[in-house]
Amino acid sequence: MSLMSALARMEAAAAGRARPRATVRHRHLAEHPLVLVPLTTAGEAGAPLGALAGTDRAAPELLVVPQPRDRDQRWAFLARLAGVLLPHLESALDDVEFEERKETDPETGKKVTVQAELCVDAPQLLVPNGPGVEFVRLLGRSMRFRRTAEDDPDAAYPAPPRVPLLGRWLTQYGERARVPGSCLLTSMTELLSRHWATGQSALEDQHLGALLAWIDPPEGLTGAEAALRAETGRDAGGQLLCPPAGPATDPAFDNKLLAPAVARFDAGVHGAEEEVRTLIESQLRPTWEAVWRGVDLLRGLPEGERVAERFKRDRWSYTGHRDRVRSGEPPQPRLDDAVTAAAKLAAREQAQARLEAQEALDDPLVMAERRLAGEAFEGEVVEVEMAWSEGKRPMPRPLVTLRTTDRPHLSEGGKVHRAMDEGARQSAEFVDGHGPGTLTLRLTNGMGRSKEPAPGTVPEKGDRLCWTLFEHSPRGGPGLPDVEDTPWTHGGPPSESPAAASVPAQTPGLPDPGGTVGSERPVEERTPAPLPLPDPVTSEDLL
Amino acid sequence: MSAPPRPAGTASASGPAAPSRYPSAEAASPAEAAAGATEAILHDALHSASRGVVVDSPPGAGKSTLVVRAARELAATGRPLIVIAQTNAQVDDLVGRLADADPELPVGRLHSSEPRPYDPALDEYAAVVTSAKIADLRELPVVVSTAAKWSWVKTETPWPHAIVDEAYQMRSDALLAVAGLFEKALFVGDPGQLDPFSQVGAEQWAGLTYDPSASAVTTLLSHNPGLPQHRLPVSWRLPSSAAPLVSAAFYPYTPFRSGTGPGDRSLTFGAPSDGTPVDRVVDEAAASGWGLLELPSRTTPRTDPEAVDAVAQVVRSLLTRRGATTDERSDASAPLTADRVAVGTAHRDQAAAVRAALAALAADEDTADAGLTAVAVDTANRLQGREFDVTVVLHPLSGRPDATAFHLETGRLCVLASRHRHACIVVCRAGVPELLDEHPSTEPVQLGVTVKFPDGWEANHAVLSHLAAHAVPWER
Repeated sequence: MSLMSALARMEAAAAGRARPRATVRHRHLAEHPLVLVPLTTAGEAGAPLGALAGTDRAAPELLVVPQPRDRDQRWAFLARLAGVLLPHLESALDDVEFEERKETDPETGKKVTVQAELCVDAPQLLVPNGPGVEFVRLLGRSMRFRRTAEDDPDAAYPAPPRVPLLGRWLTQYGERARVPGSCLLTSMTELLSRHWATGQSALEDQHLGALLAWIDPPEGLTGAEAALRAETGRDAGGQLLCPPAGPATDPAFDNKLLAPAVARFDAGVHGAEEEVRTLIESQLRPTWEAVWRGVDLLRGLPEGERVAERFKRDRWSYTGHRDRVRSGEPPQPRLDDAVTAAAKLAAREQAQARLEAQEALDDPLVMAERRLAGEAFEGEVVEVEMAWSEGKRPMPRPLVTLRTTDRPHLSEGGKVHRAMDEGARQSAEFVDGHGPGTLTLRLTNGMGRSKEPAPGTVPEKGDRLCWTLFEHSPRGGPGLPDVEDTPWTHGGPPSESPAAASVPAQTPGLPDPGGTVGSERPVEERTPAPLPLPDPVTSEDLL
Repeated sequence: MSAPPRPAGTASASGPAAPSRYPSAEAASPAEAAAGATEAILHDALHSASRGVVVDSPPGAGKSTLVVRAARELAATGRPLIVIAQTNAQVDDLVGRLADADPELPVGRLHSSEPRPYDPALDEYAAVVTSAKIADLRELPVVVSTAAKWSWVKTETPWPHAIVDEAYQMRSDALLAVAGLFEKALFVGDPGQLDPFSQVGAEQWAGLTYDPSASAVTTLLSHNPGLPQHRLPVSWRLPSSAAPLVSAAFYPYTPFRSGTGPGDRSLTFGAPSDGTPVDRVVDEAAASGWGLLELPSRTTPRTDPEAVDAVAQVVRSLLTRRGATTDERSDASAPLTADRVAVGTAHRDQAAAVRAALAALAADEDTADAGLTAVAVDTANRLQGREFDVTVVLHPLSGRPDATAFHLETGRLCVLASRHRHACIVVCRAGVPELLDEHPSTEPVQLGVTVKFPDGWEANHAVLSHLAAHAVPWER
């Protein structure tokens, strides 16, 4: 936690109300997000109990499994869930624009520019909290490998139509949610705690009711009082006033209300199903309302300047998945292979660096945090001295001296960057600090191609500038090998079965000790798998 | 998440070569043990049928010397070789050492196209060729660069051999990007130092053999468990006062010893102690190799002003009391100068605060000549691989209200406690043992991931209980 967010939390605790951590909204918020509030059954891995879902705040769809251990009912529930979610997830498939994109021509190997389709929008899925995101992932994993009667006419227990497809979409959304700053699937607690600091710990912020209590306490209560009430307040019957935001339920609810009602349903008591529905709705409704209240609060913040640019990457992700489904590719594999895992990690690290840089550039409050940490500084230009590089074609390398009260962690030759108008950027290197509060930079680019700098590209005396030590758009790494070229250090190319790919493969020695090793790659031979995976198929895969 | 140090014995017995060629470290003198290990490593590197050879090297055990020697011997066989290091500083250092060892050997330094991409000192060597394009260097017997730069190189015909330096600090995904460049490789590194890390969560791949956030050696060995593994048994850097502690605390299953004995090195001061805690802790460290300057227990911000001030004062004491060192390398004593002293911290802002405090002391007339601002002040990550006579360490847990995984990381403490040839002085708030007891390791256990041992909790306790005997309380 940075010093400033620690301070904001202390101020919030003192004031009894959350403090802003941002002046703009740093995440995309769809005009019509689909809110999904799921509940799961205690003691049963991934058995849904019910859900409220929909894009209309006033009319959510209530789905309930009256006997969660009955698998027929579970699949009926998932089929209905597909009926609610898929129309939303597929609502933006055909509204496309065209983008130029570099692709490698498979025949010539050269980079060519192609016109690629890009969906204009990507539907958003909001869940109440982090475990909700995990639950979406779990649902995706449990559904995407199922076969429908159409896929396999001989299947003994065919899945309802469209359920495997929903599994693939939820897997895609769940995987995308791991990319920092992505907004296809996101939780309300994460959105709110990004923008407000409460007077409680980050762990406590994961309770949506308590988090909202700090941000928007009811009349007459402080944040701390309201949060305590949200966490522990119970009615005369011993039930929580603010039920947990799921997917787990409160044990008191399970024991006192739900279990007897399910038992009556099992006994075939008339009206018992309706009773279970009412009970589950009573647990879901407050969370449903809370998520929408969160949406209202977030709408009160103007969207950050670079949010749309980041959301475009979500749209690419959505479009890519659409194309894979349409081209008949199989569902996402259970485990990533070595190359895919490395590529995903690299992409996420780049996304993280981009997100941190863009949030700071979009928001002076976030930039203040970086300035306090010595990663950026703001100052007034006190002197500009023109200078040129040596060499055949001298280029402008003006020296700019700033006065600042910030204390950046700069060493000689250190690079700094600033944003200019119209998305342009300029870099400079740190030359010297002349005593406290004054430092000199040498501008190194962003001044055009001629000997005289382009107008407006060199700051003038009196200008206030903000420079960052971090890059504004971090570059990606080089390409990784193709999956079929996975090297011997990483087990060689994966075989067809995804499980075998992660089993250690013994590489036989080269037949050529000491002599010259030719350029031919030695043939990899796989010994039969010596060790099984610790967790080859888990209960979640079969659900 | 690098591989844990392997139990003693397996390191020398696992290779296909005859185990009898690996002399027992306990039987011979340090020099003999080290020479025997080096011969065995070079034999496997040159003649083994395996595609890889792994060498574990404790701090200061002559890893760079080994890399230079292996590179020269491999180059002498006429087979071109690439060397993959992790940072530009390491690459420049290696190229310089190679050129010093063999001025005739053409060495390529592949570099980036940024301004000042390599140490200009390399231009002094006639046989060193520098270029940003591999095509210019392709015919040279040895080409050295960083893993990041190598990953951009595309080749149809892989090099027959490679040396991967600091392989435990290299991430698995970085090895994936470069492994297509070579047929066989020698992997050299220190398993006890800081593990590679990722800025984003990588839990979803935990337990996979090719977890991209794990160390390169972990992935290599889980896919190729039969590779010959060696270790260097003698630390030439650490004095006899430090090697047993560092070995026991951080390498319990792969012990090593110091190359020098108790009387081989000395650190003395021309100016007597003035009796202050700062001078007393410096004297304690000079006499015993370790010193702990213990500040009163208190929860503080990271840049604890009092602790930072104490660190700066210790450095001033070291540099203004006319320190002199003697060691096994020469008979004459050498003055303890600013370039032989370093300050290690956990965080960058702490390093910046110490630098500012030293600059303030340097502005004082009495100490203006001591070169206080020339002292290297950096984080553990950046001090990795470097060596000094005396180090001053701001303890990672000093003044903290909690003990997070970052601050408990075994490698962080190991780096900070193993950079010195003579003495190490730790500055710390009291109460860290109690803090450790309140924060046992609570990292989730991941299926399929080998548990790293010792954990940071254990190692921190071991170091602190040793330091307790060398503690001097701080009074203003």
